[in-house]
Amino acid sequence: MTDYKRLAKDGLWTNNMVFAQLLALCPVMAVTGTATNGLGMGLATLFVLVFSNLIVSLIRRFVSQAVRIPVYIVIIATLVTLTDMLINAYAYELYKVLGLFIALIVVNCAILGRAEAFASKNTLWDTLIDSLMMGIGLTLALVVIGAFREILGSGTLFANADLLLGSRFGFLEVTLIPDYKGFLVLLLPPGGFIAVGFLLVLKRWIDLRLSKDHTLPRESAGCTVESHG
Amino acid sequence: MTLSEVRDRLEYQSLLLGTVVLVTCAVLAFAYQLTREPIRKALENDLLKNFSQVLPPTLHDNNLLDSQHHIQAPWGEITWYQATMEDEVTAVVLPLTAAGYAGDIEMLMSIREDGRIAGVRVLIHKETPGLGDKIEISRSPWITGFNGKSLSKPGPAGWAVKKDGGVFDQFTGATITPRAVVGSIKGALEFFEAHKATFLQPTPTTGGHADD
Repeated sequence: MTDYKRLAKDGLWTNNMVFAQLLALCPVMAVTGTATNGLGMGLATLFVLVFSNLIVSLIRRFVSQAVRIPVYIVIIATLVTLTDMLINAYAYELYKVLGLFIALIVVNCAILGRAEAFASKNTLWDTLIDSLMMGIGLTLALVVIGAFREILGSGTLFANADLLLGSRFGFLEVTLIPDYKGFLVLLLPPGGFIAVGFLLVLKRWIDLRLSKDHTLPRESAGCTVESHG
Repeated sequence: MTLSEVRDRLEYQSLLLGTVVLVTCAVLAFAYQLTREPIRKALENDLLKNFSQVLPPTLHDNNLLDSQHHIQAPWGEITWYQATMEDEVTAVVLPLTAAGYAGDIEMLMSIREDGRIAGVRVLIHKETPGLGDKIEISRSPWITGFNGKSLSKPGPAGWAVKKDGGVFDQFTGATITPRAVVGSIKGALEFFEAHKATFLQPTPTTGGHADD
């Protein structure tokens, strides 16, 4: 599998962690109250995903079948703890927002799923491309859901972006609807389910339109869950 | 023996698992050492920033972190801080907890030596966004309404939300949250009044800055 275009398409769209595999839903619901939080969570997960998969791919010849799951879990947990400490030390304001959910990356089955389904069977280079694409796909999904909830829920976009990216990115913060009274339910956890539901429908609809035009195989319209985790 | 043969042996598997755990633990220990100081600094800065919100700079010239004390309060064991100006005790800063609508509300308040409130801020809460979260300074200036209040002003009956006959506003759609905040602030003032001697007794600084 050295077709990078396919890997990219898989990670970003066809086999997107959130919108196709429907994995990682806990952080999706919990932190996507704003686009900024989604971006922060997405980047933290991307970091853990890429490095854990690279390590798994690097040692894949030495790991025996019977103990592979504990080995992968220990690697992932270590990277999550590292991320947690680094964010706590160098981005404290962000840590106050994401705090608890960084630790929860460890139970994000999408990461273990990727290690098991891809990294343990492929070369370092392929793994890098695949995990990058999967991670970017996840980050984009989180930002889109966050933006959807933030715009409709509180009328702003990328609020507090300066906490995450530094004051240079303060320009990202926009108030789209001035004097907006807010739409509370979208900011609460049920809003996460509603937003994901609508966006899932949108993705399926686009897929359906595309498959009519190009008669793509059913795969792209259906749910292709690859994870064994 | 080839690698694939060794891989299935029990000794190899235990050794592998042990090695992985050893290496990851070493990495974590190293990272912990590396980040311990920045994390401590970040927490300290956060605390100082909170202090500066509740305590006007004109009220103290000491480093509050150097004069921390512990006391058993009705809402739990707390760490409180003494503010001094030219070695005179001017105020105390103490954390307090209120039972809100959706869990504990953590607050920080400072009381002047004469019993007036110098400032209160809500630090952590889980109140409903859009309703109870107006106790946050970033959502509403409501919490600044406590500045300058004391047990004698507005008096015992006034220490309640307007709905209960007091002087403090409640929010549309949320009475429980402000009621809890008002109640716990009153409790803190009473606690301060009862232990005034302890709170206002000048104490030697605990840090190494006694000379400056």
